Amino acid sequence: MSCHCDEQKPQELNLIEEFPDKRKKLEEYIQSLDIGNNREKNRGLLIQSLHKAQDIFGYLPLCVQLFVADKLKLHLSEVYGVISFYSYFTDKPVGKYKIHVCTGTACFVKGAGAVLDEFKRYLNLEVGETSADRKFSLNSLRCVGACSLAPVVMVNDKVYGKVTAKMVPDIINECA
Amino acid sequence: MINLSINNLPVRVKKGSTILQAADKIGIRIPTLCHLELDCFTIENRMGSCRICVVEVEGRNNLAPACCTPVNEGMVVKTSTLRAINARRTMLDLILSDHPKDCLTCEKNGNCELQRLASEMDLHHLLYEGRQSKYDIDLACNAIVRDLDKCIMCRRCENACNNVQTVGILSGVGRGFEAVVGTPGLRPLSETKCVFCGQCVAACPVGALTEQNYKYNVWRALNNEKKHVVVQTAPAVRVAIGEEFGMAPGEIATGKLVAGLKLLGFDKVFDTDFAADLTIMEETTEFIDRLKKNENLPILTSCCPGWVKFLEHQFPELIYMPSSAKSPQQMFGAVAKSYYAEKMGLKPEDIVVVSVMPCLAKKYEASRSEFTRDGVPDVDIVISTRELADMFKEAGIHINKLEEQQFDSPLGESTGAGVIFGASGGVLEAALRTAADWLSGEDLKEFDFEEVRGLSGIRDTTVKVAGTDVKVAIASGLGNARKLLDRIKSGKAQYHAIEIMACPGGCLNGGGQPYIHGDTKILEKRKEAIYKADSGLSLRKSHQNPDVIKLYDEYLDKPGSKKAHELLHTHYTPRKNW
Amino acid sequence: MFDNIDKLSQRARELRAPTKQPIKVMVSMGTCGIAAGATPVLAALQKEIAERNLESSVKLVETGCMGLCYCEPSIEIENTQTGKSIIYGNVKPGDAPVIVKNLDGAAVGVDTVNRTWYYPELEEPGEQQLQARIVLRNSGRVNPERLDDYVANNGYQALGKVLTEMSARAVIDEILASGLRGRGGGGFPTGKKWEFAANQESDVKYLICNADEGDPGAFMDRAVLEGDPHSVLEAMAIAGYAIGAHEGYIYIRAEYPLAIKRLRIAIEQAENAGLLGKNILGSDFDFHIELKYGAGAFVCGEETALIHSIEGKRGEPTFKPPYPAISGLWGKPTIVNNVETFANITAIIRLGAAWFRRIGTEKSPGTKVFALAGKIKRVGLIEVPMGTALRDIIFNLGGGIYNDKEFKAVQTGGPSGGALPASQLDTPIDYDSLKALGSMMGSGGMIVMDEDDCMVNIAKFFLEFTLDESCGKCTPCRIGNTRLFEMLEQICEGNGTEETLTKLKTLALTIKDTALCGLGQTSPNPVLSTLSNFADEYQSHVKDKRCLAGVCTKLISYVINDQCVGCTLCARNCPVQCIAGERKEQHVIDQDKCIKCGVCYNTCKFHAIDRI
Ligand SMILES: Cc1cc2nc3c(=O)[nH]c(=O)nc-3n(C[C@H](O)[C@H](O)[C@H](O)COP(=O)(O)O)c2cc1C
Ligand code: SF4
Ligand code: SF4
Ligand code: SF4
Ligand code: SF4
Ligand code: SF4
Ligand code: SF4
Ligand code: SF4
Ligand code: SF4
Ligand code: FES
Ligand code: FES
Ligand code: FES
Repeated sequence: MSCHCDEQKPQELNLIEEFPDKRKKLEEYIQSLDIGNNREKNRGLLIQSLHKAQDIFGYLPLCVQLFVADKLKLHLSEVYGVISFYSYFTDKPVGKYKIHVCTGTACFVKGAGAVLDEFKRYLNLEVGETSADRKFSLNSLRCVGACSLAPVVMVNDKVYGKVTAKMVPDIINECA
Repeated sequence: MINLSINNLPVRVKKGSTILQAADKIGIRIPTLCHLELDCFTIENRMGSCRICVVEVEGRNNLAPACCTPVNEGMVVKTSTLRAINARRTMLDLILSDHPKDCLTCEKNGNCELQRLASEMDLHHLLYEGRQSKYDIDLACNAIVRDLDKCIMCRRCENACNNVQTVGILSGVGRGFEAVVGTPGLRPLSETKCVFCGQCVAACPVGALTEQNYKYNVWRALNNEKKHVVVQTAPAVRVAIGEEFGMAPGEIATGKLVAGLKLLGFDKVFDTDFAADLTIMEETTEFIDRLKKNENLPILTSCCPGWVKFLEHQFPELIYMPSSAKSPQQMFGAVAKSYYAEKMGLKPEDIVVVSVMPCLAKKYEASRSEFTRDGVPDVDIVISTRELADMFKEAGIHINKLEEQQFDSPLGESTGAGVIFGASGGVLEAALRTAADWLSGEDLKEFDFEEVRGLSGIRDTTVKVAGTDVKVAIASGLGNARKLLDRIKSGKAQYHAIEIMACPGGCLNGGGQPYIHGDTKILEKRKEAIYKADSGLSLRKSHQNPDVIKLYDEYLDKPGSKKAHELLHTHYTPRKNW
Repeated sequence: MFDNIDKLSQRARELRAPTKQPIKVMVSMGTCGIAAGATPVLAALQKEIAERNLESSVKLVETGCMGLCYCEPSIEIENTQTGKSIIYGNVKPGDAPVIVKNLDGAAVGVDTVNRTWYYPELEEPGEQQLQARIVLRNSGRVNPERLDDYVANNGYQALGKVLTEMSARAVIDEILASGLRGRGGGGFPTGKKWEFAANQESDVKYLICNADEGDPGAFMDRAVLEGDPHSVLEAMAIAGYAIGAHEGYIYIRAEYPLAIKRLRIAIEQAENAGLLGKNILGSDFDFHIELKYGAGAFVCGEETALIHSIEGKRGEPTFKPPYPAISGLWGKPTIVNNVETFANITAIIRLGAAWFRRIGTEKSPGTKVFALAGKIKRVGLIEVPMGTALRDIIFNLGGGIYNDKEFKAVQTGGPSGGALPASQLDTPIDYDSLKALGSMMGSGGMIVMDEDDCMVNIAKFFLEFTLDESCGKCTPCRIGNTRLFEMLEQICEGNGTEETLTKLKTLALTIKDTALCGLGQTSPNPVLSTLSNFADEYQSHVKDKRCLAGVCTKLISYVINDQCVGCTLCARNCPVQCIAGERKEQHVIDQDKCIKCGVCYNTCKFHAIDRI
């Protein structure tokens, strides 16, 4: 019987060590929160810390999860469980251009499905995937509250309204 | 008190009871799947997630889950209306539509709550089919197998790991149809801080969590002419294995167990209790030494590998506290492959040491590199009580029908102190018995330390040991251990000696014991059996074990000697806290 | 710093005094307005006003939105001396000169918009005024980033009244008497909820404002928070006083950055002005408000899930009881109310329950804000008295169906609601009538569908949403909805049978009966309502294997007929280049390669492509 039970090192790039300035920013943010001895209350600070961490690092790989878990004195599983639950958080690297096709009801009835299909086809990506060159990631989202412009596509912070499948190549070409 | 009616029968129950509890009181068993209550430990999984327990309540527009709906005055409940029955059947149908239905080749076959429900509800044919969840089976560690395709999302394991044990490696992962209970990043258990206590396995109603099964390795060893195969059985095995053979819970099966093991073909059948006595010799020596010097106190027991691993991961700063004595299982292995091997004229590598343990962490313990000498592990194969019962069944050995037999010599003799290792508080009591005699230099007549016995999570008390006050504490269940350690760390409490067992109630409730499916009366019975076995013995103090005395005389010199340290002691390593 | 109510009233009087700037130019700057181009319009107006040296008489106000999404950017010009006002829609930066030149009259060439609403607090309704604005009374009229604007419009007067004149019990009684029901969807009487929480003995209680607004296509809470954040803060403080809570949280979805920003500003202003925080308005009442962010999970709108989310956990609902009012956030008594519910409170306190009850119906008093979207001409926000007929909303306020197509259905209540057919258009909208029709009020999203929508496909869309957003905890929702979805998929692909329909219905009813939380309990509604209201569409999918609306791609194909003149337009536009043909000759579609996107069908000018 051989032992396989010794913990292994994560294989991923360690962003926390790689970018000390970003680490510092996150550390300062978490330290500015009101962390006390009440474990349950500390846990209430998790989601906002993850928002901050994702703002800073772009995504939440294991090293960042561990860092946050450690600072808030939580189990890694509690952090991972939360990340995997909320669609806003991702533990995978994202593209430079984050394409979000709104698939909310208003956009759906105005033809968002065809727009999304065209993005998938054109970029050869499935929803939730990032292109190999890390240029584009394709995602859907549920309503940005601009339903009058349906169907809506967001590329990073830019909103495109009344999008049709035909406009897809243009939108992509605009991402220089 | 609350009055209600269930199926037109009046029921009176305590305020705060659930419909499930009220129905149980009048003998109506409402089927459950996600619900699990271990009342003696106040552990409850009340997720309300499987919806198999739904019943009709007058005045409610939807069905009520009996397991989590509190009763109200005047409530009118119907448990067997067509609406409720159809809904339950649909729930079962849906669960099965996302289930592999591999009963015939499933580790849980015959012991599965889902299978039992399916048999009781007798669906005949399934209406729903469609996409099924698919995950990689985690086979990477040698203690536990996780096959999430069979998981029904009852979350009982999560409750066990996070709330009861506070190990905290399981969590819901993902959501919707993709939701599953998993480790961070769905890594294998071996890459986490899992301590392999197996409490999740004990809690799982289905075959999603099971032990790594080494039965076949034992069969192979037994059939290998060149090997000398010895077996040791842990104290808690003898009070539980009978349950698998129609014996009443709490019936002690020691002699029949020995007879069965001999029939299986082991060359020698030994007792871990012998090694438990040996452990007491070493541990008590260390304890008295620390007590006299008043340093490194409290001493923590170290015979539970689950607890040791917990400490290494989550309290590395306290790593100096546990006794350096190996656990009985490992002491046994070390002695078998040295003293016994020499005595028998065998090479250590030609001996196969098989352990029968109530425990899954022992599988992991045996594989730790500290417990290997010259590439030869002290213990070769660890099987659980359940696996042994399966082997007996496969071999057609109905142990209940066998004539009782005795353990073999020289590693088979034990005292009552060794037996009580199987219950929470037992290790400490055994140590106190020896410490009292040694400190007073007498053979004391009063040595039943009743105050340290029980199933409750944390007990602390001051006991008189040869006239001095010794402050002791006992915790079982790692959540309780954590509370105790936090108290020590913060300086809120001071103790001289502490016993910690990873499993709530100790090894009698180990992760490798026959499943109890929530029936905690069985645990009470096992506990009673352990103390009955102890009181039935003429020798009840470890230092009076004649074979142990002989071992020191012939081989080890005296407790704490250099040779004893070489063979019987170990060290601990801090580990990552994730 | 207002350390007593008199100072506040004094300030309000000052602000209301006639100013030197009698003309107000209000530019709608909600998320949607900005997305539609309000920023350059604002800049152009500013420039034009400056160039004409009108700064002393014209005040340019950046407001939240008026709800005229369909014609954003929109602006309103009000002459505070004459009381006259005019609204322009679809304003372009180039319109600024003519608008500023004609500040009193109609600027020629710019779309004017009728005001279809009235303010019950200030005026009686006119002929055309189907809308009554209580919740949206300030939205589009005040600068949400200026506390003064809010104070000038009776802001914090209700809080002042409560703190100086009313006991906690009296506040609850007033709300009970108003008959206000929760606008978050369930319609639970707000006063009752407060009463439960007030009756709990506890050292700490919490108050939560539910601003998760997860129903896609509903954006009224966003508009309130962007357009009038103080009204929510004030109401929260009142509720806190009533139930004995000193800490409040606003749980807001992260997808609303502008609302978050404006709330942050408003909280800070109110704290600095002594209207939130310690010793509010000099009283001994303390109330703090903190923002908590969602992270993309619809189910977190459900109150127990929301509480878990604030606690930093997965947003999985738990079984009730215990209700949050007894054991909520961190185990303490907690009430959760919706943004719109709160936005009603201050008016009720100021004007009284009896005033409130004059609007709406007996069982559902007051108004409701709806977000009209989908195939409707005037997409936007409207606020109507409860009891208004659907037909009035869609055909009058909404202007009818986009491109003058045939109305098919309106989905109310979002993914939890149902699709109502033309025959139910005369339903007066309130909680109970909608429920009786198998739909829901929900948060107030209304998605209109026309002849081009396939109702089976719509049901499938909602189920896909539910599946995506289900927390996955309980069997009926996790597995049951997956099976429902798969059955709908079969039907849409032409593999459904009569038996599939029976199974679909039975399972949908069982899920309603067994699911753990509101999400699962209502998720089959779109299926059940379409099954009963659009049975023929299911039949044609199942029996004839046809999708009459031409949506289900597996059941349709595009074929070029002999009308084709060979203009090549379709071939040039087909994204997969599967149309072949010489110039001036009839083209052919390679059916194996065609992805049925319909582009050719929509581009051909000669009706030469059939969808069969
Ligand atoms: C799946 C689900 C989603 C919900 N989403 C929202 C929401 O986005 N906003 C909201 O105010 N209420 C939502 N609710 C209703 C809330 O649970 C809760 O009833 C409401 O916030 C109470 O406020 P009210 O009494 O003021 O309506 C949702 C309920 C369910 C079951
Ligand atoms: S888990 Fe149970 S039901 Fe599933 S295959 Fe195994 S024995 Fe059968
Ligand atoms: S129960 Fe039925 S299926 Fe299973 S082994 Fe027996 S006969 Fe075969
Ligand atoms: S074996 Fe113990 S520590 Fe490991 S997952 Fe199971 S309960 Fe948790
Ligand atoms: S692994 Fe077992 S105990 Fe854990 S959730 Fe799944 S079925 Fe339940
Ligand atoms: S308490 Fe016993 S059974 Fe449980 S892990 Fe420890 S040694 Fe094993
Ligand atoms: S009904 Fe759906 S969302 Fe609600 S608890 Fe069950 S699985 Fe979760
Ligand atoms: S439907 Fe789309 S893919 Fe098919 S032929 Fe027309 S344009 Fe090409
Ligand atoms: S667009 Fe119409 S007319 Fe022109 S080639 Fe295509 S089918 Fe023929
Ligand atoms: S549904 Fe797409 S913006 Fe609202
Ligand atoms: S046993 Fe009651 S819901 Fe699972
Ligand atoms: S104009 Fe703001 S909501 Fe539409």
